[in-house]
Amino acid sequence: MNRFEYVRAGTVAEAVQAFASGAESRFIAGGTNLVDLMKYNVERPDRLVDITRLPLDSIEEHEGGLRIGALVTNATAAYDERVQARYPVLSSAILAGATGQLRNAATMGGNLNQRTRCYYFYDEATPCNKRQPGSGCAAIGGVNRIHAILGASEHCIATHPSDMCVALAALQATIRLAGPEGERQLAIADYHRLPGDAPQQDTNLKPGEIVLSVDLPAEDFSRHYTYLKLRDRLSYAFALVSVAAILELDADVIRTARFALGGVAHKPWRDAEAEALLQGRAPTREVFEEAADHVVRHAQPQSQNAFKIELARRAIVRGLTQAAAGTPQPLSDKRIA
Amino acid sequence: MLIESGSPVAADTRIGISLTINGEARQLQVAPWTTLLDLLREELDLTGSKKGCDHGQCGACTVLVDGVRINSCLALAVMKDGAAITTVEGLAGLANRGAGSDGLHPIQEAFIEHDAFQCGYCTPGQLCSSIGMMNEGHAHTRDEIREAMSGNICRCGAYTNIVDAIEDVMQGEAAR
Amino acid sequence: MAHSISIDGVDRHVGAARSRVDGPAKVTGLAKYAGEFDAPDLSHGYVVSSAIAKGRITAIDASAAEAVPGVVKVFTHENRPRTAWLDYNYQDQVAPPGSPFRPLYDDKVHYSGQPVALVVAEDFDRARYAASLLRIGYEAEAPETDLTRQQDLAYVPPKKRSGIKPPPGARGDADGAFDAAPVRLREDYRQAPEHHNPMEPHASTVVWEGDGRFTVYDKIQGVSNSQSYLMAVFGLKKDDVRVISPYLGGGFGSGLRPQYQLFLAMMAAQVLERSVRVVLTRDQMFSFTYRPDVLQTVAVAAAEDGRLQSVRHDAISGTSRFEDYQEVVVNWSGILYECENVSLNYKLAQIDTFTPGDMRAPGAVTGVFALEMAMDELAYATGQDPIALRLRNYTETDHTEDKPISSKELRACYAQGAERFGWQARNPESRSMRDGKELVGWGMATGVWEALMQKSSAQAVLTADGRLEIGNSTADLGTGTYTILTQIGADTLGLAMEDVTVKLGDTSLAEAPLAGGSWTAASSGTAAMRACREIAAQVFTLARGMENSPLANVDFERVAFRGGRIEVTDDPSRSVTLIDAMRAGGLDRIEAMGSAESDPGQMKKFSHYTHSAIFAEVKVDEELGQVRVTRIVSAIAAGKILNPKTARSQILGGVVMGIGSALHEESMLDHRLGRFMNHNLGEYHVPVNADIYDIDVIFVDEEDQANPMGVKGLGEIGIVGTAAAIANAVYHATGKRIRHLPITIDKVLE
Repeated sequence: MNRFEYVRAGTVAEAVQAFASGAESRFIAGGTNLVDLMKYNVERPDRLVDITRLPLDSIEEHEGGLRIGALVTNATAAYDERVQARYPVLSSAILAGATGQLRNAATMGGNLNQRTRCYYFYDEATPCNKRQPGSGCAAIGGVNRIHAILGASEHCIATHPSDMCVALAALQATIRLAGPEGERQLAIADYHRLPGDAPQQDTNLKPGEIVLSVDLPAEDFSRHYTYLKLRDRLSYAFALVSVAAILELDADVIRTARFALGGVAHKPWRDAEAEALLQGRAPTREVFEEAADHVVRHAQPQSQNAFKIELARRAIVRGLTQAAAGTPQPLSDKRIA
Repeated sequence: MLIESGSPVAADTRIGISLTINGEARQLQVAPWTTLLDLLREELDLTGSKKGCDHGQCGACTVLVDGVRINSCLALAVMKDGAAITTVEGLAGLANRGAGSDGLHPIQEAFIEHDAFQCGYCTPGQLCSSIGMMNEGHAHTRDEIREAMSGNICRCGAYTNIVDAIEDVMQGEAAR
Repeated sequence: MAHSISIDGVDRHVGAARSRVDGPAKVTGLAKYAGEFDAPDLSHGYVVSSAIAKGRITAIDASAAEAVPGVVKVFTHENRPRTAWLDYNYQDQVAPPGSPFRPLYDDKVHYSGQPVALVVAEDFDRARYAASLLRIGYEAEAPETDLTRQQDLAYVPPKKRSGIKPPPGARGDADGAFDAAPVRLREDYRQAPEHHNPMEPHASTVVWEGDGRFTVYDKIQGVSNSQSYLMAVFGLKKDDVRVISPYLGGGFGSGLRPQYQLFLAMMAAQVLERSVRVVLTRDQMFSFTYRPDVLQTVAVAAAEDGRLQSVRHDAISGTSRFEDYQEVVVNWSGILYECENVSLNYKLAQIDTFTPGDMRAPGAVTGVFALEMAMDELAYATGQDPIALRLRNYTETDHTEDKPISSKELRACYAQGAERFGWQARNPESRSMRDGKELVGWGMATGVWEALMQKSSAQAVLTADGRLEIGNSTADLGTGTYTILTQIGADTLGLAMEDVTVKLGDTSLAEAPLAGGSWTAASSGTAAMRACREIAAQVFTLARGMENSPLANVDFERVAFRGGRIEVTDDPSRSVTLIDAMRAGGLDRIEAMGSAESDPGQMKKFSHYTHSAIFAEVKVDEELGQVRVTRIVSAIAAGKILNPKTARSQILGGVVMGIGSALHEESMLDHRLGRFMNHNLGEYHVPVNADIYDIDVIFVDEEDQANPMGVKGLGEIGIVGTAAAIANAVYHATGKRIRHLPITIDKVLE
């Protein structure tokens, strides 16, 4: 790890100020990804601003929804009774990711800002535009079975590794930020970005902005939801494909349908047109297949990951089926519902 | 030096922190980049906590911080200022109830009884993780234990015995 | 009992389930591993690894690294000290033929991840930080790491590796018989390269004792191998270097050969005249030995009734450019079944990686996987039950050596395994069994491994307080050696296990071979038993010679050692305590050495193997490609079982690693870069707890004369055949033959 200054911030203003006065500052809370990256020399901050003592660690009622502080750990959020009762898809998604130990340390804000798990990004010896802009993308034509099939560019085919964010995308969460220019909000859909020609930027955060909270809207998707994750072992692996799906059914008609995919793109992937296809229709396999086909219609495989297109298609169908049937994917029973 | 909120501590300065380690209050001077694991292993000669990957991918470094299991390899020691740390060396001391005649924590005894390890390198992490998992209270069935213990890799393949040992202790606790 | 340890034939501990004697040390964190020993003034080395796979180093700028306060020295090929010149000196006890890799030897880069510098600093953190500041220039050449592109250059290794039998000559006319047979199958099989990934990264702590003498704590499966390597390479005398390795955090073969961190730590310690510790990172655990990529073709032909007419097994194994690594891949296809026409061929092809090496059941994991999948395919082709087909071709002769097999209770493995598994309820049709949304598959396979014994010695000391200490230089990598030697010592001298201490992994102890090949229990166990028997004889002589001895005129054959006493077997009221006997003889201690080696007569007459039958249940979500191994029954015939508890764990470990081979493990090469890309435990997937369901282990009774204890060894047999049983179960579930492991979601969807 490189040498850096350490600042312990007591208030948000202090944190933002401390960040701005460093040349290459990073906020640190759980550290589960940042410390990892620093040991690989992928991140070399000259200043770490420790935000763990900021008063952002509570979950509160907010405008009929919930406001989850940025420093709430993933475990606390996932097991919070209100989250479990009203936003079980978020709870499921968080618990499908990482491990008990990591979830106890990792925070909501950190989860939003975690970096990709592309092999090349982590390996200094190889070219990577995300790590070193302009150096090239070695994943293209390389070992890429875990890489993106949607929204990638010729500069980067990395995926966003979060499970939590996939659920947040389906829930249409709002991310509240503070920065040198004050507070603002970003819809989760606008929080992460596609790689384009600037893959070094994962998000639309402005320099020095800090996450204050994740705000969940006042909606109830506790009956028809699922988080379905497919991976290379039954736990403790990043998603090849995952689906967060939430439905509102009225008798046998889909009133609202939202679903997002993980493991397939540089951000949680939603397709408004595909969701619209479900609106007002009966929750049948044919209808779900139609929506799934629509999502993957522009999918582009890499040399080793063509299977992900079919896997994503099938996962969407199964995920929507689980949600419609009210039989969400359990966490510990590994049979796929 | 002591830390003051909002003021940068220069990169070449050691920072004074206090930690309670296995019940003993310690005043320590740490570099900001020293992880909790390296502090334990390299500076305090508490080598029970293991470094299997140093990246949060194996669980061998699992310790309890204020009773909560975390990967000590990914925690900067300076950020844990004020916390109580329990490592494998302190587990016997945790066993204020039901400790065996040899002074071991019930989970330590159960691991021996069920042969829940071979090489022993993942074991300290498995033990701390088991206790952390029981503290969390979310795992009850074998499936749930398996899932909750999946953050601790055992290359010797003692998984079924580990689950047996944990179940044994959980049943003992429930009976008590 | 044909093979008792106790003098009176009644074993009390041997054969009984006993908890690991090293358990308390391991559950309290007190057990110390190689990178955890401290020394005054200890410095820390951090390895810098090559970014390219092939080419040369053009420049190394160490100025920034050297400027870091606390950096002691940066070692590179430019400033390394002179070490031995000849290849011969670098060849360790199990080196394959060739020119061993020499760290920091010159500017040439042979493989990606090769160590190119060692940064030594006052502490670990500063060494790591300084290492990140090293600037290295390379002139890169295009590497070739794709074995499929090198197979046309494959060759029969000109020099055989010691201890590895090359394939036997052809028997009958395999090709002719194949063409003439009514049922014929020829398929390609491949298992992904794997890295051992023991939980403890390789580490060496070299303690400078002054005057050019060193104590070395090394992660090694046999300390004598490290010692002799250090002596040869660094010109040390035996007395100058003691190697100690009390505990290993797993090995699985990765610790058989001294690895480069040992060389680097000793080099630095010798130059700096101070203690040095070098611990590899997890990523660097992908920068040396691994289970090789092997391209296999198996052709089997049978009569309509399933009787084998022809077996042909061809393998091309990857090796490095500098050593001809060899393992026994194809021979098993000439051993397991009765067949008159057999052709077995094994070649090597070179790629630009480090030399592959032995990994748990080396060669057998690979070759038996292919054979046992082919046998399953043949079962379907001939419409036979997979067990029935194997029984139809059963043999008790090793036709590759033309010798009977000393004991082979494989029929019992099939029968007992099948019964425990409930095999008779299997619908032979594939895709015929379901559980909800999942297809259910039941598959089985046979496993085989050699039952070996190596020349070994052990020392034992009985002290006047009635305590026994046994020792030799072999290693306990988690295998249970400490425990079984304790049981053997306790039973031989009639002591409680608490009164017996076992010391291992120290070159100051009696010489024993590397711990590997499943030979440790037979070899070190026999040597320890003999040392203890020698003590028993001596202490008995003392007891009988006592004034008014209750044992006067009693023969050794008529006494029992139990409860710390020597008793007349028929009349336990006549007894002498060991302590009294020693006191009477005026002795503080009785020391004895025991040795063991395989009996040449027995070896000439018989072949020796362990066998197993593995039954696997898988549940497959066909739509989404998810495979779960929900049940394994592994029935083992391995002679006498010394400790059912630790023995069972050995098999569990083999099975879990076999599940890894079948479903998860794959070291993924980027052939453009010549680099394994998933070099960490996040992306190199080994099974986690959630992947492992029920595993049932059966030890069938087996009497064997292979060695004085009737022990065959258990370290490897648990893994052999496991992946085939799972792959066969996947076929039974889905109708898909997936012949390239691991069976990942993408392959199930294909």
